[in-house]
Amino acid sequence: MNKDGFDQFKGSQDYVTSEALRNAVNVAIALGRPLLVRGEPGTGKTLLAHSIARDLNKKLIVWNIKSTTKAQEGLYVYDTVQRLNDSRFGDKDVSDIKQYIKLGKLGQAFAAEEKVVLLIDEVDKADLEFPNDLLNELDEMSFYIPETYETINAVQRPIVVITSNAEKELPDAFLRRCIFHYIEFPDPSLMEEIVNVHFPKIKNNLLHEALTAFYSLRRIDNLRKKPSTSELIDWIQVLIASATPHEDISRQVPFAGTLLKKETDYDYFVNTYMKKRQASSAAANTSGPPQ
Amino acid sequence: MFTDFFYTLKEKKVPVSITEWMALMEALSKGYISNLNDFYYLARAILVKSEAYYDQYDVAFQEYFKGIEAPPEIAEQILSWLRDPINKMLLSDEERALLDSMALDELLEELEKRLKEQTEQHDGGDYWIGRGGTSPFGHSGEHPGGIRMGGSGGGGSAMQIAEQRQFRNYRSDLTLDVRQIEVALKGLRRLDHTGPEDQLDLDKTIDATCRNAGELEFIWTRDRKNAVKLLLLMDAGGSMEPFAHLCSLLFSAAHSSTHFKDFQYYYFHNCVYDALYKDIERRDGVGTDHILRTLEPDYKVILVGDAWMATSELIDMYGAIYYYERNHKAGIVRLKQIAEHFTHCVWLNPEPPRYWNHPTVLTIGKVLPMFELTLDGLHQAIKKLIVKR
Repeated sequence: MNKDGFDQFKGSQDYVTSEALRNAVNVAIALGRPLLVRGEPGTGKTLLAHSIARDLNKKLIVWNIKSTTKAQEGLYVYDTVQRLNDSRFGDKDVSDIKQYIKLGKLGQAFAAEEKVVLLIDEVDKADLEFPNDLLNELDEMSFYIPETYETINAVQRPIVVITSNAEKELPDAFLRRCIFHYIEFPDPSLMEEIVNVHFPKIKNNLLHEALTAFYSLRRIDNLRKKPSTSELIDWIQVLIASATPHEDISRQVPFAGTLLKKETDYDYFVNTYMKKRQASSAAANTSGPPQ
Repeated sequence: MFTDFFYTLKEKKVPVSITEWMALMEALSKGYISNLNDFYYLARAILVKSEAYYDQYDVAFQEYFKGIEAPPEIAEQILSWLRDPINKMLLSDEERALLDSMALDELLEELEKRLKEQTEQHDGGDYWIGRGGTSPFGHSGEHPGGIRMGGSGGGGSAMQIAEQRQFRNYRSDLTLDVRQIEVALKGLRRLDHTGPEDQLDLDKTIDATCRNAGELEFIWTRDRKNAVKLLLLMDAGGSMEPFAHLCSLLFSAAHSSTHFKDFQYYYFHNCVYDALYKDIERRDGVGTDHILRTLEPDYKVILVGDAWMATSELIDMYGAIYYYERNHKAGIVRLKQIAEHFTHCVWLNPEPPRYWNHPTVLTIGKVLPMFELTLDGLHQAIKKLIVKR
């Protein structure tokens, strides 16, 4: 990529990225469009925004979306209760409505003097109409407050990162305005890097054994929820804390409850998968450890 | 610039619009691109909005930019691979003989051919250069990436990344898991404001009261509830055995979806006859007539089955596969009854459409709209179920 006038995002020290992701981030910054990130749970979608903010040394504004969140809340809230209270008991000038307009997260990002990173987390949690309600605001990076006859314009177009778990389909019109990136599940070598970032002093054979066990677990088709990166990190932490000898890890898979969070998955793993493996390893005992 | 690429993408069914294309042009005009590799990622980030289309994008990219990449790079890779004694040792004698007898040009040509084959066989399954056990272009397991054409990780050139087609498994016409089905089933909703206006909207009341300078003003609303009721009828017959896992996914997704007003399910074997069953073993039977009488026509009905049976099972009286069932109405008559009673019915078939050219499948397809049990098919079926009639 050309570097001129281009905020180069390189990935911060504690966040390992792929080339494709870095490019997508830089494109989004250059074109001033929101970046929509999707991927399996636990692949670091949310952390991406934190990493961008740290790497480019910008302030991060987080807007967590819930099922009840309305688009309007992100822009501004008119605090009528406070105004009523002031009109009865306070000594403020209640005819000045401006002081009762509180900017939401999106409004704050627009009003900020410096370029900020705005994270709209889990956009698909909200109502189906939510993304559509924000179309114009994200496009023009401005909105109008009728109560005060004011227009809030973005001083600096913020870097907008939107994450989605694909719980609901996002409207096409919304998608057209975004830059899209799908974070793949990391392959073993990238995963090694990621684990190393979290546990710089981890022993090689422990890491190797843990990853082997982890990826063989992910290959089981019958699991309802496959273990993800964050579960692996937890698991490795347990393994280190418990000082499990590394040769036991892939053979016995201790503390599997850290990796498998669904009861049916755990049952399947203990009662079917492990038994099958033990049987096959007993059969192949003469020809070395099971794969 | 690259306008044909736009149409190549369209041809491969990647949904691209002019808006996105203009954005790409804007990015190009700013000069952020220095090579094809950058272009690959840039265009993908801007044009493709779902990982389900990454594979089609790869195919289109390969087709459009074929021959632009300088070939020596690939040749180099293969040469070094051929020279690598470790890899050679892993090949069987026959394979080595094949390789030795093949000049490099031939090898490249063969590789080219394979690549072409791969782009044309979307549903080819595991056949993959570098992974297939019989392909001379690599060895699964022994050599992790096979001929991973272009170094490790992100270092590969765009053409090579496109050729790897690692997003094949994300294609929406192939994969299904519980979550995806749940998401698809969420489309099956009709939010109705039902009942009297007896819910106090607290937020609006406070707001209105305050605007009213403290004079109380109540805002009432109606409850919003999903009005959709679902009836799931599943074939649990012998020929459905290979799809048992798929059907259990669909069932658990429908079962755990809490947003239906009502959800009922029954099993049948091959075709619906006089009774439907609460359990797979077909012990706990309920009369089909009873179900038709008691369930209102506004239930959305999803039938799941391969629709593949002996013709007599479908069209004959007493044709049921179990002689003791002694059905007094032929299966097809029952299916017609269902299709007439309920306003919205679909049939989901786990077999791919290329097997649908069978008399019973075709006959059932005429009575009930049939869709393939894939993510795409499910979405289409749900659209069919939700339209107003």
